[in-house]
Amino acid sequence: MDVEILAGIQFAFTIAFHYIYPPLSIGIGLIMVIMEGLYLKTGHKHYEVLTRFWLKIFAITFGIGVATGIIMEFEFGTNWSVYSKYVGDIFGSALAAEGLFAFGLESTFLGILLFGWNRVSPKVHFISALGVFLGSMFSAVRIVVANSWQQTPAGYHIVGEGLSARAEVTNFWAMVFNPSSVDRIIHVWQGAFLAGAFMVLSVHAYYLLKGRYVQISKKAFKIALFVATVISLSQLVSGHSSADGVAKHQPAKLAAMEGHYEESAAADLYLFGWVNNETRKVTGMGIPGGLSFLVHQDFEKPIKGLNAFPKDEIPTQVNAVFQFYHIMISIGMFLILLTLYASYLWWRGTLFDKKWLLKIFAFSVLLPQIANQVGWFAAEMGRQPWVVYGHLKTSEAFSQEVSANQILFSLVLFLIVYTILFLLFLYSLNKKIKHGPYEEAENPDEFLKYT
Amino acid sequence: METFLGIDYPTLWYLVVGLLFSGYAILEGFDYGAGAWHLFFRKDLSRRIAINAIGPLWDANQVWLIIGGGALFAGFPVMYATMLSAMYIPFMVFLMLLVLRSAAIKFRSSEEMTWWRKTWDVVYFVSNTLIGFLLGVVLGNILQGFELHENFEYRGGIFLTFLNPYALMTGLTTLSIFMTQGAIFLLLKTEGKLHDRLSYLLKKGMVFFIISFAITSLYTLTFLHGVTDKFKEQPIFFILPILAFPAVANVPRLVSKKRYAYALVFSSLIMAFLLMLVAFQLYPVLLPSTVNPGYSVTIYNAASSQKSLGIMLTIVLIGAPLLAGYFLFLYKTFHGKVKLDDTSY
Repeated sequence: MDVEILAGIQFAFTIAFHYIYPPLSIGIGLIMVIMEGLYLKTGHKHYEVLTRFWLKIFAITFGIGVATGIIMEFEFGTNWSVYSKYVGDIFGSALAAEGLFAFGLESTFLGILLFGWNRVSPKVHFISALGVFLGSMFSAVRIVVANSWQQTPAGYHIVGEGLSARAEVTNFWAMVFNPSSVDRIIHVWQGAFLAGAFMVLSVHAYYLLKGRYVQISKKAFKIALFVATVISLSQLVSGHSSADGVAKHQPAKLAAMEGHYEESAAADLYLFGWVNNETRKVTGMGIPGGLSFLVHQDFEKPIKGLNAFPKDEIPTQVNAVFQFYHIMISIGMFLILLTLYASYLWWRGTLFDKKWLLKIFAFSVLLPQIANQVGWFAAEMGRQPWVVYGHLKTSEAFSQEVSANQILFSLVLFLIVYTILFLLFLYSLNKKIKHGPYEEAENPDEFLKYT
Repeated sequence: METFLGIDYPTLWYLVVGLLFSGYAILEGFDYGAGAWHLFFRKDLSRRIAINAIGPLWDANQVWLIIGGGALFAGFPVMYATMLSAMYIPFMVFLMLLVLRSAAIKFRSSEEMTWWRKTWDVVYFVSNTLIGFLLGVVLGNILQGFELHENFEYRGGIFLTFLNPYALMTGLTTLSIFMTQGAIFLLLKTEGKLHDRLSYLLKKGMVFFIISFAITSLYTLTFLHGVTDKFKEQPIFFILPILAFPAVANVPRLVSKKRYAYALVFSSLIMAFLLMLVAFQLYPVLLPSTVNPGYSVTIYNAASSQKSLGIMLTIVLIGAPLLAGYFLFLYKTFHGKVKLDDTSY
């Protein structure tokens, strides 16, 4: 296999694996901060127990996120050296700022958060939790800004030619607030909140089904359900705004998302379908002219299709982009229905009466995870063949010095180490959940020996 | 070219990167060093205490690597890209070891089974030892230069080239100084029998350090070209070796007086002086070319734009005091001997 494909596979594998964890830690972080805040405010032991329990799960998630994140930081240089030189001036400052502001905050307060219960006051502990949570949110900002710049470059000029060409910052704030940054940051945060909220919903739904830790589980479930409902609804807004931005700035990507080929015709909005990359036809079910309506508020208005672009400037894997994008949307819609229905039952006072609903929640932990993954795959594959939209192609961006065999070696290493890591994560998560927040023999109101 | 306090931006950024990697070497130095002693502790409890000594700190210490890497990428993208792609295999191994080490810290004490703990102990020991060694190997190779052709194109070997005798010596020296640093740190954090065992081990460690340090210094002076030229041009920098040698001698003295905190300061200073020597020796080159000095990566041909460097220097001016504040608070909170409790690893 050639170097470009191998480097691409390795990057996709390492980033997809990495991206299981940071959204979870951001989302669990949010719920944990709410729980600890409620504990500080009410002094109620249940909230302390919940905070301590979720902190343990947060710790493993965060730890694996950091370990796999360091690899990402260096993988730009090892595998994408041309790209690194090209974007260093822009990407680098974002990464350095992330390290200094976000990562410094997260990692120093993490020590206090995890090991400081007996050394600092509850207030300071809460501030540490807040520091770690905010740090992880800033981290997302920086990395999404850098990625958004690749999608919709702004505030730069190109200097030099050929191998020594590179982008240089001309306007820092225009670079940071490039056309897609804000929409995408909000969208990514919300995806992360959902990942965390559904993790909490799932675990406590499982306890409720088993009749374990019922009192505290009801509390935790309600906190997470509140977050999940608000966020999955608002995800619609940021999702729509994000797609609008794609329509404006990355027309080829938009066309690929809906499999729209005709040069200039009204575009349909598919609920599901299959794109034949050869015949350039979509088979599926959708709203005729729906995409035109979403973009222009007019079912008839034409949208530039893939055929209108030079062949070497459109994604090769149109069907994959289409599928990933539609899976994300379908999951998003399902989560909205699910959380709205559950909230309605909550309002009626019958939230915990329906076993089947709790069962759905217990399994739904995977859904935001899948949506986050496929959403990124759609975004990144939709950007192809560019690595920096309109400027640098992926096929020109990889390290020329690194041979296919070297990448195979590291890819095998990654596969082994990450498989071990993933098994450890599942094992230890399962163990912590099975063990639960406290020894069940004890009375839930008296179980706190450490207070 | 724009300047600040009369120093041009690339040079300032060179100092920033140098400072960050020195911070990394000093702080993670004692973490890795402590880990490189791991199998020398016999009891399970001792090993657990040793891990928990760095428990609340190592994540924060690792930030220096992350910021240092980011700073290199941001300020000298050409250096970042050239070095990492040339040393592809060593860096991939290094990164994998970092992951395994994190896993060992997190999972080692999560189960009671002896086989489980013993396996993780070995993983922890091996990863820490090799990480320290590999960092030294990287440094040794940078000092000797890479086979760089025009446009920074690397045409040298992929792995064994980097394990040349000089790099092996700098690798061992780095490992030995980390182990010295690590043992002193653990002495600060432990009591009783483990403490006694550590002071015995530290003596061996210091011998290991002094021998490998002496060999590497001689090797450098004899075989590395042009090492002394720089000092002839700017004799003022003789101050660095002049300061480094008494610092080396001072560490055993302070250890024998049981003044471990000062000993830790001095062993950190040794690292700082040695890295300053390296920085002075290389400046303004970042990665020498063995083919033609004109093909070397320098702070000028590798640097980001003036504008970008200016932005980043501002970011550092704002961020550094914040980071220092966090660190002071963290280290103050976990001051003193290790006490295991229900939140420990």
